[in-house]
Amino acid sequence: MDAPETPKNYLTADYSIKSWLLTVDHKRIAVLYLVSITAMFLLGSAFAAGIRLELLTPRGDLFTSDTYNKLFTMHGIVMVFFFLIPSIPAVLGNFLVPIMIGARDLAFPKINLLSWYIYVIGATFAMFAMITGGVDTGWTFYTPYSSWVSHTNVTATAIGIFITGFSSILTGLNFIVTIHRMRAPGLTWFRMPLFIWAHYATSLVMVLGTPVIAITVALVGLERIFHLGIFNPQMGGDPILFQHLFWFYSHPAVYIMILPSMGVISELITCFSRKSIFGYSFVAISSLAIAFLGFIVWGHHMFTTGQSVYTGMIFSILSFAVAIPSAVKTFNWTATLYRGSLSFEAPMVYALCYLGLFTIGGLTGLFLATLGTDVHVHDTYFVVAHFHYIMVGGAILGYLGGLHFWWPKITGKMYPDGIARTAAIIVFIGFNLTFFPQFVLGYMGMPRRYHFYVDEFQVLNVLSTAGAGILGVGYLLPMFYFVWSLIYGKKAPANPWGATGLEWTTPSPPPTDNFAQTPVVTEDAYSYENLPVPTRASAV
Amino acid sequence: MIKGLPLFPEQASTVAGQVDALYFFLIAVSGFFALLIAAAVVIFAIVYRRRATDTAPRPVHGSTALELTWSLIPFGIAMVMFFWGASVYFTMKYPPDNAIPIWVTGKQWMWKLQHQTGRREINELHVPVGRPVLLTMTSEDVIHSFYVPAFRVKQDVLPGRYTTLWFEATRTGRFHLFCAEYCGTQHSRMIGSIVVMEPAAYQQWLATSPTAAATGGGAAAADGGGKSMAAQGEALFGQLGCGACHQAAGGALGPSLVGVFGSEVPLEDGSTVTADANFLRKSILEPQAQIVKGFQPIMPTFKGQVTEEQIQQIIEYIKSLKATADNGQGQG
Repeated sequence: MDAPETPKNYLTADYSIKSWLLTVDHKRIAVLYLVSITAMFLLGSAFAAGIRLELLTPRGDLFTSDTYNKLFTMHGIVMVFFFLIPSIPAVLGNFLVPIMIGARDLAFPKINLLSWYIYVIGATFAMFAMITGGVDTGWTFYTPYSSWVSHTNVTATAIGIFITGFSSILTGLNFIVTIHRMRAPGLTWFRMPLFIWAHYATSLVMVLGTPVIAITVALVGLERIFHLGIFNPQMGGDPILFQHLFWFYSHPAVYIMILPSMGVISELITCFSRKSIFGYSFVAISSLAIAFLGFIVWGHHMFTTGQSVYTGMIFSILSFAVAIPSAVKTFNWTATLYRGSLSFEAPMVYALCYLGLFTIGGLTGLFLATLGTDVHVHDTYFVVAHFHYIMVGGAILGYLGGLHFWWPKITGKMYPDGIARTAAIIVFIGFNLTFFPQFVLGYMGMPRRYHFYVDEFQVLNVLSTAGAGILGVGYLLPMFYFVWSLIYGKKAPANPWGATGLEWTTPSPPPTDNFAQTPVVTEDAYSYENLPVPTRASAV
Repeated sequence: MIKGLPLFPEQASTVAGQVDALYFFLIAVSGFFALLIAAAVVIFAIVYRRRATDTAPRPVHGSTALELTWSLIPFGIAMVMFFWGASVYFTMKYPPDNAIPIWVTGKQWMWKLQHQTGRREINELHVPVGRPVLLTMTSEDVIHSFYVPAFRVKQDVLPGRYTTLWFEATRTGRFHLFCAEYCGTQHSRMIGSIVVMEPAAYQQWLATSPTAAATGGGAAAADGGGKSMAAQGEALFGQLGCGACHQAAGGALGPSLVGVFGSEVPLEDGSTVTADANFLRKSILEPQAQIVKGFQPIMPTFKGQVTEEQIQQIIEYIKSLKATADNGQGQG
């Protein structure tokens, strides 16, 4: 409506399609990621809906076993490799890392664009594999099933994941160099926002871990094509070798999903409590500790493979070690609320819901690190529930909370806060109803990846499916009001939440160059005591 | 005590109670911390909600003492969980000496089981109550996992090697046997039952001719009616000509197999290996891999000539070759 007078920002700088597809602006690339990742999320959710509908009855009467197996496999692959891993780093990280450290762009803008193209090509390959027959190995691709038994499109999918891995590596590399080299004057390491610390730790995992999964899926592909026998015991290969390689990446990959969301939550909790985070350096260092420890606990996925008792014990004790920094973060977030000035706009509601889900997810991890109980619940719905609480509860609520927090910055528009808060609560209720019964199901003994199940598991499965319906509503609502806000939303001020951080010193949306002049940082992060307390941000 | 509670699995093995006790401990600790955090969040949200007249809250930058406290307390609790969990794991992993040996072969999508008496079953395993049972398991194709929720035990079943699992049932009845490792199209149909019987009934069941019981799979023809596994193995040993080299007296082309099972065997490379089922199986299929000290690597492979179940019979036969015949049980 007031378009003519609007100064140029990164969105209005140029409207042509070409200007988007060839952009090297990290903010536009973040938007490209936002659109493509949302598409993948919708696809993965559709698969999930199919799975939950099928499990309403124990009889497997909706799909054939073959279709069902492909559904849960593709749900896992799409959600893990094409949504959860890139979600926060590629969207929020891409948009915010340069702005939060006072830089004009990432260190390698063209490589950043390249990483988006690689992502799209990888996703296209995987989609191709799904359209032309699907994959039925489970997202874990365990050999020898994946390497010489399954007759589905394992190779094409493996190529898709292999390609996408480079996108992750390039993003991580770009962040590491940017954070090292391009911080504004005065922005020392221990003045950096925790979001940046989290992305730094995540990037280390991406750069060090992703090559391993790339090699692993490449080996599976090569074994299928050339019958090498690396994982085939009939040819002297070792089927367990695959699991070591796979989890060496895929356990740290959980931290690729969760660390960035921890960074987001730290930002949200301080902002809406108007307080510096409790124990800043503990929270910052715990990100690095989690990233490091994450690399040495992979064997806890393999307690029932028949590895030696002592190997099991080592991986068990290391897994407990990784629980400590996670617990510390949770205590720090809670302590930050103490004697704060708390307001409950939508991002804060998401953050508090995150605390709930992350706590449950983290604590149930103890049941899996404990050898005696892991044997019983391994490969059951207990595990399914646990990793959904952590990876989905944690990563998605962090992602949604962050999206709500920075949406005014990204788009220049406010969304209706009331409905957004309601959506957060619907997600929280739906999530718990979906996944909490699965802990019970798992302890009852229902194995994961079951198309048919015994009758006594039905009641809990029906509850879970009902929860999934509610969760679906909670996920769809933001899509509607975010799109609505683009057209009808009130114009966002530069700093709608009264937050600290360099990103709030630029206009919303920021100009292409982010800052007219390179900012100089003179205080620690989260110096809320120096800011006036805003009245409730009046959205819409 | 748990039986009456809904939403809790039956408890039917000696280890189940130990796992459940640990589980309840974990629930108590997790419940405590979850409620602690939830209560703190809710109370803080109410007490410290923003008021119109608010001034900026006093910053609290942290407290090293507090940080250390809430790092060390969880650490201490985690160590209790670790040691308790490891001790239950030890119980699960080390079978008692008097366990009844049973052989299991997983295959897409069924469980094939052999008793020492030669009796075979598919997707159903009969065992006596109050006696430990030791399963030695392998797979013909992909990875499966032998899972009995009521017993709280689970063990992956791998192609190319043997893994073991033991349990002692404490109640008679019929319990679910699931495959817990995704193994392809009919994964969720690869289920069976464990039938726990009174010892007398079990003995009677064992004595029933195996030909009367359901047998299946490609190796069905090898079932000598009523012959024990060791006897069937002995017959195979003869058919395959193993005795030509592996003579009881020794001094032949291959080492004597009398008393070899469970013994320490010196190898050509100077190391020693325990002659367990895994070693024997490997020696039949990949005889060049580990050469016993003092012998030439001249044994041919028997890959493709024997099924997994036949290898199990041959191992049972080798097991029965003892200088002093003290292996009375199950000999036909």
